Amino acid sequence: MVLPSHWVGIANYQRMAGDTLFWKSLKNSAYFTIGSIPFGISIGLLLAIVVNSALKGRNFFRVVFYLPGVTSTIALSMVWLWLFDPHFGLLNAFLHVFGIPPQAWLQSTSQAMPSIILMSIWEGVGGGMIIYLAGLQGIPVHLYEAATVDGATSWQSFRFITLPSLQPVTLYVLVTSIIGSFQIFGPIYAMTDGGPAFATTTIVHQIYINGFRYFNMGYAAAQSWVLFVLLLGLSIVNLRLQVFGFMAE
Amino acid sequence: MATASVGVRSVRRPRPLGRRIRSLVLGIIGYTVLLAGALSMLVPFIWMFFTSFKPRDEIFRMPPVVWTTHYTLQHYIIALTRGHFDTYFKNSFIVSGSTCLLTLAVVCMAAYAFARLRWRGRDITFLIVLGTAMLPGLIALIPTFLIVKGTPFAGGNDMFGRGGTGWLDSYPGLILPSVGGGFNVFLVRQFFSTLPRELEDAARVDGCGEFSIFRQIILPLSKPVIAVVALFTFQGSWNDFLWPLVIVQSDRMRTIQLGLTLFRSQHSVDWGVLMAGTALATVPTVALFLAMQRYFVQGIALTGIKG
Repeated sequence: MVLPSHWVGIANYQRMAGDTLFWKSLKNSAYFTIGSIPFGISIGLLLAIVVNSALKGRNFFRVVFYLPGVTSTIALSMVWLWLFDPHFGLLNAFLHVFGIPPQAWLQSTSQAMPSIILMSIWEGVGGGMIIYLAGLQGIPVHLYEAATVDGATSWQSFRFITLPSLQPVTLYVLVTSIIGSFQIFGPIYAMTDGGPAFATTTIVHQIYINGFRYFNMGYAAAQSWVLFVLLLGLSIVNLRLQVFGFMAE
Repeated sequence: MATASVGVRSVRRPRPLGRRIRSLVLGIIGYTVLLAGALSMLVPFIWMFFTSFKPRDEIFRMPPVVWTTHYTLQHYIIALTRGHFDTYFKNSFIVSGSTCLLTLAVVCMAAYAFARLRWRGRDITFLIVLGTAMLPGLIALIPTFLIVKGTPFAGGNDMFGRGGTGWLDSYPGLILPSVGGGFNVFLVRQFFSTLPRELEDAARVDGCGEFSIFRQIILPLSKPVIAVVALFTFQGSWNDFLWPLVIVQSDRMRTIQLGLTLFRSQHSVDWGVLMAGTALATVPTVALFLAMQRYFVQGIALTGIKG
């Protein structure tokens, strides 16, 4: 099943430069990353602040928001495939209540990627929440006490204590989210298989298709290297944050 | 942690009436938004279970039937018999369980060697192990595939790993590449390094061997970190998809995640059976999470990854 190999020099990289699908997959990966991360981070932070306050049932909320985080992406993709179903899906039934006509969701070239982004935000906010929660709990309480004594409003406390203190956490969440987003594959494979009309094919999807559907391992490996180089800088930052973050505790 | 759980809210002093009303209104709005958020998190799960218990004709009805009075287990029965989900579930269990146990064995011993033993090249080896944690797992996909395929003497291969399919489509192929993990070694080593050495020294004076020290002193003291590694490894392996997708070829080796994606290629999807299969794939990790929340939260804060 794997073709015999021989040395091809940089042929695979030359081919990539002219491969419109590869460029499209890069663009789609960037689209997915840019579309999902700002929402993921801001909602995660918001949830963390809310479930960190002295709120009734906050443990329940923490568990509920993190539930998708422990569930397999494939299982969640199947559930969302069902929710997105244009004929019998729950989402169109919900829109119908407000008089909005049914949408094609994953079956439309323009809506497919936003639909996957929506599902991924839903899946990921709990993870962001828990990391921000750890960050919030690491902020010394005396800072807030001092601010209150000085007459600061709660908004000022948030703006000038909470936000700056969370900067390293935000960097960490940002870096891990970008690394994760550029590697998205499960929902793509399970929900659209890159379609319709390649509107959702991503880098990893292309690597999979080339390597394991067309058995062109050399070309797929070359594409993996491009992904590696794209993520290398971020990976180094990420490892430093993880290692030093842990040592600081 | 005593100070940590005190939030922004609780440090405020009593305020004038106007501000109290304002904060009450804000509280109500916040609570409503929070409940709506929680509901939108739960609805997909609830809908999955509802669909899996609904008779066929009620699944395909618009507007949807929310409460059915005709609960049925037929979708589960079909999934487990004709759908082969009994095999897929068993495979996932074997693969995740073995990956978890082998990872614990390898990681704990490696961490002990890095934390307590003195040997030449230890620090540079540790850096290399840690360096492997830096690579996104996907980069190694194709090389790992070729290595597994080229395993000598397996799957009809000769001693140079040629001629056959190696460990493709087999349990060792599914399990062994996922065992270990540089970041796990790092986590456990850091934990071992914080343990006091006095106990070991006392044991050594009493004639205790190196392995007994590891087994009887270090491991029992390290339960929290071992639990985190075990949970995340099991969960990661259970939910893993790309690697099984790449190396499994026959139906009898499919894991549950692969079983689910089979439905996509069907002409018209049997949503009842698919949601029953999805529920089977979801329940183990969710149950594990609910039972061991504390370790999960600890672990996520440490590693920041979706298992």
